[in-house]
Amino acid sequence: MNKRLFSLLALLTVSSLLAACGGAGTGDGGGELGEVVIAPGDPIHIAWIQTVTGATGPLGLTNVRGAEVALNEIGFTLLGHDIQWDGEDSLCSAEGGQAAGTRVASDPTVVAVMGTTCSSEARTASPLIAEAGMAMISPSNTNPDLTNPEHPDAHPGYFRTAHNDLFQGRVAAEFAYNELGATTAATIHDGSPYAESLQAVFAEVFAELGGTITAQAAVNVGDTDMGGVLTDLATGSPELIYFPIFEPEGNFIADQACDTSGLEDTILMGADGLLTSTFPAAAGECSVGMFLSGPYVDQALQQGFLDAYNDLFGEGPAAGFGPHSYDAMKIILAAIEAVAVVDDDGTVHIDRQALRDAMYATSGFAGLTGTLTCDANGDCATGEALAIFQVSAENVAGTVDLLTNAAYWTP
Amino acid sequence: MLRRLRQRLEITDVFMWLFGAVLVISIIYGSFVTISSGRFTTRQWFDVIISGLTQGSVYALIALGYTLVYGILRMINFAHSEVFMGGAFTGYFVADALNRSGFLQSNPVLGLGAVFLVAILTSILVAVLLERIAYRPLRRAPRLVPLITAIGASFFLQYVFRGLYGSQFKSYPEVNALSGTIILGTNIVIQKTQLLVIVAASLLMLVLYLFVQNTKTGKAMRAVSEDKDVAALMGIDVDAIIVRTFMLGAALAGAAGVLYALLFRNVQFFMGFIPGIKAFTAAVLGGIGNIPGAMLGGIFLGLFESVGPGLFLSGLGIPSPNQLKDVIAFTMLVMVLIFRPTGILGERLASKKA
Repeated sequence: MNKRLFSLLALLTVSSLLAACGGAGTGDGGGELGEVVIAPGDPIHIAWIQTVTGATGPLGLTNVRGAEVALNEIGFTLLGHDIQWDGEDSLCSAEGGQAAGTRVASDPTVVAVMGTTCSSEARTASPLIAEAGMAMISPSNTNPDLTNPEHPDAHPGYFRTAHNDLFQGRVAAEFAYNELGATTAATIHDGSPYAESLQAVFAEVFAELGGTITAQAAVNVGDTDMGGVLTDLATGSPELIYFPIFEPEGNFIADQACDTSGLEDTILMGADGLLTSTFPAAAGECSVGMFLSGPYVDQALQQGFLDAYNDLFGEGPAAGFGPHSYDAMKIILAAIEAVAVVDDDGTVHIDRQALRDAMYATSGFAGLTGTLTCDANGDCATGEALAIFQVSAENVAGTVDLLTNAAYWTP
Repeated sequence: MLRRLRQRLEITDVFMWLFGAVLVISIIYGSFVTISSGRFTTRQWFDVIISGLTQGSVYALIALGYTLVYGILRMINFAHSEVFMGGAFTGYFVADALNRSGFLQSNPVLGLGAVFLVAILTSILVAVLLERIAYRPLRRAPRLVPLITAIGASFFLQYVFRGLYGSQFKSYPEVNALSGTIILGTNIVIQKTQLLVIVAASLLMLVLYLFVQNTKTGKAMRAVSEDKDVAALMGIDVDAIIVRTFMLGAALAGAAGVLYALLFRNVQFFMGFIPGIKAFTAAVLGGIGNIPGAMLGGIFLGLFESVGPGLFLSGLGIPSPNQLKDVIAFTMLVMVLIFRPTGILGERLASKKA
């Protein structure tokens, strides 16, 4: 071995030893998952695993920013410590979730994780985070498997403030059949686990209630011209089209549906992926009267959140899960405050098991997205907190924000 | 003749021909089933054809930018999709401002003209900077280097625009003069916006073709694309011609951006990615480096994507055929590359050029 290589190796060894000793570390005391000890002057580390680049980037970015609104309210300090808020981009894919999860899980200073953006990432990130003893809460994972205790994708310490598709699909189908009196419906999904399972639940419940599903079509993420799929659906002449997808594909469908011959009077219906400030203007005149399911939110609270968001970032939320993210952060902060043990010198001890237990015990939490109660599987949002909203002409003209509309119907 | 054929015939060729034959037969069978089932009315057929033509015209305009640059530099400018996005995204602010002041609705021709102008100028600016900063220093580097640089530049531009304009979707205003439809026959109804896109794109392509064929710059461009070094010996300023080529491609991309935005009305920093890939496909389909090829490839691709799923995939009993739009597009590309590697209109390239 030559001399230079040897000295380099020696340097590396020494520095890694030093790194292992220094900094805030995880002690072995406390519960079986260990505890995080934060020395005076060290920050409390909360990490995010979100998709912040690429086509789904705006969704994850809104999640990060929604949580920042909550952190900003307390000036990024908790229990006399600064809050360190950083994270990893998970690229809305299983591989990205794995990579980001591995990095976050290997950092012993991380107390809690805000993640993930996409359900596909949660499948791979969640077991790693669970293994590390951390608690993770997602503002936008909706796939039912993630909190189904029978399913291998469900892990302890995983929570979400997003609505499980099982609730939302059912509410939408009941509204369409019982309230609107539609007897035939078609669905469109975009191949994402979110949309696919939502439309599947919708179709199942709608058929159960006695309705007929004329077609279950699909588009690609990135499609712009929806003429083909809409013309295809028109051959079944459904009374209602349910497309629980995201922007911009949802915008294109809503915009082009009323120009498609045979669909001029069809009722359009979407889900919370399209419940954003930008959707009505983007979809245009056609979207007036369209129905969207989403969280039942107190309007005054919502307005306050939107104002704070605008002040901080100079633009409104780019996607629909900002309030969910705000609530998720509030739950994390409340749980840390509840279980942290502060020594006389300011050292904070956070027991990982106790933190999880405190989050599971969240009950009657008045959040932006309704009253949240976390169940034993980690679902913090329940069906009761959902409502149906209708797009108005004022929303399209841009004079009234869709997010501040009053609920049209509640289950 | 026969002997030569026998010598050239290989097992892979036979397999490929069989594969092609199966594909063609299933397309014909699927189309036959759909048409005889009478699932779609004549009106609906024309609707999908028109929307395919419209989408195809936008592809064609972007594809020209890929093909022009490839023709001259033998490099694929993957950042071209961001040139398209930059124009459309910047044009939004002009369109929005003019709409708020009421000018766009009262003077739609002048208003849209201003939007086009700003979008085209932005695209040109982006492309010129791109060429100067990212590509020119690498002119003599191995061909893989500018290719990777182009991909990097593409990401860079995307996030620069996200930083500038935010990550929200912006929506172009609806121009009243363009809403509504024109009835061309009992079964042919075209939206005014679609008509505008098709007509404007055709005009632009015609102008480009005449420009390249008849002007001095056009002649110089063709000379540089034949052989850079000899062109330089003939007194052509190669760098200046390359910049002009980028400007030309960018102007078309900027115009395509506004047409796209009038049609689909949503702009965002990531909007260039998919149209860029599709337009690149169209350029290869038509024969990359060939100008009429890019036009033909774009329109062909748009039409196939729009009509294909309904025509032959639904006839074959495939569920939710429209999700397979991209499969059709890329299968078509693969088939063309197998049987005609230079593209539909591509000429056989000398080894030096290829």
